Amino acid sequence: MSTTAPTITTRVKVPERDPGTDSARSGAPAKIAVHDLDFYYGKTQALHGVSLQIPERIVMAFIGPSGCGKSTFLRTLNRMNDVIAGTRVSGQVLMDGVDVYQPGTDVVELRRKVGMVFQKSNPFPKSIFDNVAYGLRINRLTANKSELEERVEQALKDAALWNEVKDRLKTSALSLSGGQQQRLCIARALAIRPEVVLMDEPASALDPVATHKIEELIVELKKQYTIVIVTHNMQQAARVSDTTAFFLLGKLIEVNSTEKMFTNPNEKLTEDYITGRFG
Amino acid sequence: MVFELCALNFVLCDLYLKRRHHTNTGLKHKTQSTKFKDQNTKIKPPRTNFKIMEYHRHLDDELDSLRDRVLLLGGEAETALERAMKALTERDSELARKVLDQDDKIDQLEVEVDRQCIDIIALRQPAARDLRFVISVAKMAPVLERIADHAANIARVAIDLNNEPELKSIVDLSRMSDHALRMLRAALDAFTSGDAATAREVILSDAEINELYNHVFHQLIEMMVTEPSTATRDARLLFVAKHLERIGDYVTDICELTVYMAEAAFIKHFK
Repeated sequence: MSTTAPTITTRVKVPERDPGTDSARSGAPAKIAVHDLDFYYGKTQALHGVSLQIPERIVMAFIGPSGCGKSTFLRTLNRMNDVIAGTRVSGQVLMDGVDVYQPGTDVVELRRKVGMVFQKSNPFPKSIFDNVAYGLRINRLTANKSELEERVEQALKDAALWNEVKDRLKTSALSLSGGQQQRLCIARALAIRPEVVLMDEPASALDPVATHKIEELIVELKKQYTIVIVTHNMQQAARVSDTTAFFLLGKLIEVNSTEKMFTNPNEKLTEDYITGRFG
Repeated sequence: MVFELCALNFVLCDLYLKRRHHTNTGLKHKTQSTKFKDQNTKIKPPRTNFKIMEYHRHLDDELDSLRDRVLLLGGEAETALERAMKALTERDSELARKVLDQDDKIDQLEVEVDRQCIDIIALRQPAARDLRFVISVAKMAPVLERIADHAANIARVAIDLNNEPELKSIVDLSRMSDHALRMLRAALDAFTSGDAATAREVILSDAEINELYNHVFHQLIEMMVTEPSTATRDARLLFVAKHLERIGDYVTDICELTVYMAEAAFIKHFK
């Protein structure tokens, strides 16, 4: 038989994937738009011309082998890399159309809008209540005690922790389990009402049950927030994210809907990584 | 307020960086761990100049084993069809009984392929082309088993007809079986090499079997009318023709799965 492929027309229509979850095809305005971003640690270039759009209220996952630049890229979104001496950035990171690296940017306000949750939970050695109330208190974001309590309760509810801690709000946050501590940190980040939440391997130190709760929470949170998550766990990316971006050697190789990424990625490099052919 | 927000931010960042320093003892961060003590000290960047390591995957062994097993199943189905038609045309009931004896083995193979697919999905969580391969095999195994069932049914007809006087030969029936066998072989080859173009051609060639079936159908009806004494035997041959026509459809299913496996394209229910 010859190798010329004949065309076959089908009677049925293959359902299209929801375009709303596909940043590559979605026409929705981007919450964050990154253009041609280079990042350097001293003389070493860690990111090479990364351009990416993150639509509002989706979960975007960054995957890639260790050292590929995904965490570095995540931290450029709220200028967390600024605290590391010797780093340099060029290109644009637009948040709602405004470049966060332009001179005069209020970095503190930026980080209020773009909250962050780290790999290891880092609760303060204070009570559960005080941990969540901390940012609200020092910034005087609430008018009175009842409003403060309301905001703390709401943040704990949003972080799916309220039912587990409502009877012991005055006990130390350090008495919570690892998974609860991580959700407490998420509650603390949510209390000051960010618009974007960056998560750097938020469940990598947790057991499967705690991981499951965090994942359920992430899916729930996207109703209100834009979530960007770095994960080493590809199944986790598949479970929680709408869109996945694959990084390799500081370059963005592919960004696509998660369904497409895990069944039929465009790039061979992506496929080889996802199928575990290199790492 | 700005000052306090700054303070909060500084505390959070400081805590984070200190924790990184205390908790990261793995290779990934080894080079930079001591550098976080003083933020004014330049730190070494994260490891970025690593080599991409390609390595042997146990999953490859399992996928190879799965491929071997489904091809074995395909080979058994092909042999069953070949033998069943030979048993019919050469009036060899012994050969027909061999086909029936082999049917249990084919059923067993189908179950083994099923279980292997489930194990791989549950334990290895394949993705992308691996996933498409496993899904295609899982859907292909029952199709091959059905082809073998049709071959067994032809073998049963052969045994029945071999006990009765010989009918005049129907050339188009032999053509149908030759074409079905060619389609099956080409489909299995296309699956083995992931050749979507050939798979598509095989799909289109199913029209030929359908056309031959119509010829055979009319030929047998005519024989029933002109020589009613052979009607029962003619009717049995009509069943054989229908089995072959259905085999053509099943081969088409295999080819659709091959196209999905190779290109992630759905081409089911074509016009």
